[in-house]
Amino acid sequence: MSKNQKTYYDLAIEKGYSRRDFMKFSAMMAALLGLESSSIGQVAKALETKTRIPVIWLHGQECTCCSESFIRSSHPLVADILLDKISLDYTETLMAAAGHQAEKSLQDTIRDYKGKYILAVEGSIPLNNNGVYCCIGGKTFEQIVEEAAKDAYAVLAWGNCASAGCVQAAKPNPTGAVPIHKMISGKPLINVQGCPPIAEVMAGVLVHILTFGQIPELDRLKRPKAFYSRRVHDTCYRRPNFDAGLFVQSFDDENAKRGFCLYKMGCKGPVTYNACGVMEWNNGTSFPIKSGHPCIGCSEEGFWDNGPFYTHLTNFPGFGIESTADKVGLGLGIATGVGIAAHAISTNIRKRSLINKVNGKPELEKNES
Amino acid sequence: MEKRIVVDPITRIEGHLRVEIEVKDNVIVDAYSSGTMVRGLEIILKGRDPRDAWAFTERVCGVCTTVHALASCRTVENALGIVIPPNAELVRNLMFCTQMIQDHVVHFYHLHALDWVDVVSSLRADPKATSALAQSISSWPKSSVGYFRDVQKRIKAFVETGQLGIFANGYWGNPSYKLPPEANLMAVAHYLEALEWQKEIVKVHAIFGGKNPHPNYLVGGVPAAINLNESNALNAERFAYVKKLLDDAKTFVEQVYIPDLMAIASFYKDWGAIGGGLENYLVYGDLPTNGYNDPSSFKFPRGAILGRDLSKVHEVDTADPDQVKEFISKSWYEYDSGKNSGKHPWEGQTNLNYTGPKPPYDQLNVEEAYSWLKTPRWKGHAMEVGPLARMLVGYASGREDFQEVVNAALTNLNVPVSALFSTLGRTAARGLETQLVVGWSQEFFDQLITNIKNGDTRLSTDYMWEPSDWPLMAKGVGMTEAPRGALAHWIVIKDKKIDNYQLVVPSTWNASPRDTKGQMSAYEASLIGTPVADPEQPLELLRTIHSFDPCIACAVHVYDEKGSYVHQIQTF
Repeated sequence: MSKNQKTYYDLAIEKGYSRRDFMKFSAMMAALLGLESSSIGQVAKALETKTRIPVIWLHGQECTCCSESFIRSSHPLVADILLDKISLDYTETLMAAAGHQAEKSLQDTIRDYKGKYILAVEGSIPLNNNGVYCCIGGKTFEQIVEEAAKDAYAVLAWGNCASAGCVQAAKPNPTGAVPIHKMISGKPLINVQGCPPIAEVMAGVLVHILTFGQIPELDRLKRPKAFYSRRVHDTCYRRPNFDAGLFVQSFDDENAKRGFCLYKMGCKGPVTYNACGVMEWNNGTSFPIKSGHPCIGCSEEGFWDNGPFYTHLTNFPGFGIESTADKVGLGLGIATGVGIAAHAISTNIRKRSLINKVNGKPELEKNES
Repeated sequence: MEKRIVVDPITRIEGHLRVEIEVKDNVIVDAYSSGTMVRGLEIILKGRDPRDAWAFTERVCGVCTTVHALASCRTVENALGIVIPPNAELVRNLMFCTQMIQDHVVHFYHLHALDWVDVVSSLRADPKATSALAQSISSWPKSSVGYFRDVQKRIKAFVETGQLGIFANGYWGNPSYKLPPEANLMAVAHYLEALEWQKEIVKVHAIFGGKNPHPNYLVGGVPAAINLNESNALNAERFAYVKKLLDDAKTFVEQVYIPDLMAIASFYKDWGAIGGGLENYLVYGDLPTNGYNDPSSFKFPRGAILGRDLSKVHEVDTADPDQVKEFISKSWYEYDSGKNSGKHPWEGQTNLNYTGPKPPYDQLNVEEAYSWLKTPRWKGHAMEVGPLARMLVGYASGREDFQEVVNAALTNLNVPVSALFSTLGRTAARGLETQLVVGWSQEFFDQLITNIKNGDTRLSTDYMWEPSDWPLMAKGVGMTEAPRGALAHWIVIKDKKIDNYQLVVPSTWNASPRDTKGQMSAYEASLIGTPVADPEQPLELLRTIHSFDPCIACAVHVYDEKGSYVHQIQTF
């Protein structure tokens, strides 16, 4: 084992933590990962000796937009992730080996890093017709996921395909496409939603696990709260236009040129939880609404069937143009099973002072108001 | 004795591709290409709002994101008689150029280079010699001895961890790798630089379309709005941003990609005689300078070449029911008109019928159907599509810009014209067209700024936006040139809804199984005669297959309410 790169243990000691702290951290990590107490030593050893956590990245029914998004990450840079942070042992998009040699890489990691590798899945799993709609190396994707998930310590479901089935699961779902959580249980699983997810969100979830040694807090749809706890509507810089009743009436009209609200053009921001309005895309360059197109709601389950995209949201209870977004929040809260009270509080930007009181951050409110 | 070798998965591509080859005396004598994944987009599109189709079809592929969205918008616009404003055409062109530049650079460094570059050998390189080599071929500033020494150190530290990650089980040390260590080190350094750079150029998509991958498109134009006096619209800052990104892209392509391509190619000239395959080439053309409805104004001209005869360019009409047809003799479908009949996409019909082996399986039964891809033909001919086809049609159409870059490359490498029809030619053509595209992107940008100066800020039209204005029935076809080649969508709109939607995509042309007459498509044909140094290591096969830049995301099927499959779309 070379010491050219610092292990997690080295880093912890360097930062002033004791060996005891490190063991505590390892125990916490094992607990978070749902491992038995006998595994704590293993986790500690893994962190102590392995410089990079092995990652197996499988591709099922997908379009590779998640991989493409991942390589757009600017912090950290994807080259730094690949060379310094993880060991991406299997990914059909980037790996040098093909065929048997690729299979070998997959099997080697499953065998040698039992219980210690992250399984990342891009794409859904077709179950109809015994899975013949997606085969790799002569095996169905269903078989492959089952084998790879068995000894993974955590599963990352990249994008809407792996989280919710995405476009191929839209009605009538001809191939019987299902998301990963329908297949896997008893493992920590994170749905990193979006079509695709924002690059820095993907990298952020990985970095969260690697840096803090824990699975980030998740919402009830298993999405990391750090990136999916806010509605696009509530973090949208065009929100004041909504509140003031200033709407784009048709694309490229005078109101569009003034950046008014896209609600009437079908914007799904009021029913979509994502970080677009906060982080923006491509290292903060823009996001759909900023570039004049309504949000299509790509981080939500079943968004393909919630259209048409250019029809505004009248089918949510109590929501009309004259009504406030609070009621949308209520309707959606019921629809998605999110706690109504919590939802109404956390999503209402005009009750920011209350939110901040609840969260104990009064100074934030002063800055914003 | 012939030996059957299966390579599945073919990696460093988009999608799921399996290739089975027969090898005799270290030469490939037979080949079968199979797409092994389907998703079912066409039934999903049926009955939906045609204005939404771009978003559904865009998800066909996230590597060449945008291309299906563009084809889809054009298909609906063609059906409804919508003509988009000139600025919208220019913005679409800029998005097209951005896509092609990013996609080709990523293909070269991250999907293809490891077929030619031995990463492990780079550890033996002398950074001084690497620096000297880099400076002799380019004025790219990152070429000092110290720079290459640092890169080498980093790779060395990486290798010494024993965790090789994406480089594990590669074919390092295979005798088919010909580059000297210093060229390998230079290429590895640029692999990392290109990875960092590619995320920049796509910001053009984020500016105009809000995000990348999968930026937003719009039937009738583009969704953004121009207002020079508004922070909520495209203003001087946004355009300056685009300009900077385009300038940087031009520099990267001219100072890194092209010099690397030429340097690497010079060690592999023998590949100018390997992997030629088909002799027919098809191009729909794109990058209009006088509107999409005037193909004569396209920067990439439309046309077909038969039998490598560069003296004649044939006319192509995708609306003609006798030109583009799809066959299913070796695909997992049935037609009501018989397994051996062909159908124009507007009449497309497929009964999905998987007859392959039960998974897990070791080998396909290639005597019968063996792929989810259908087999498209143009006037009965198997056609190659993609960068090589585009360069040849441009060249044969007498376009001086094409002839200039092609002739310069041939002179530079000191190879005959015949070297174009090869694995090397295909890979070189991709670089040469990128060279053209970075130049054209500047022209499109300048024209856009000129139009705005002259007071034209329109980016979309609301003509025919409302379904109430639509005819009861309409048919359309929309074409583009995806990075991987000729792409077209066909639509039938009935009662304001999609009645039928079909795609025939580049990798379907290239990767499809044999047709009724037993004619091979491009992948299979190009593999025949390819030498294989070590049959256990399919390096040479990867070189030729990767030279097409495969993109096999899906072959999509539709079935009716009764559960019988009636349509198919084939996609990247």
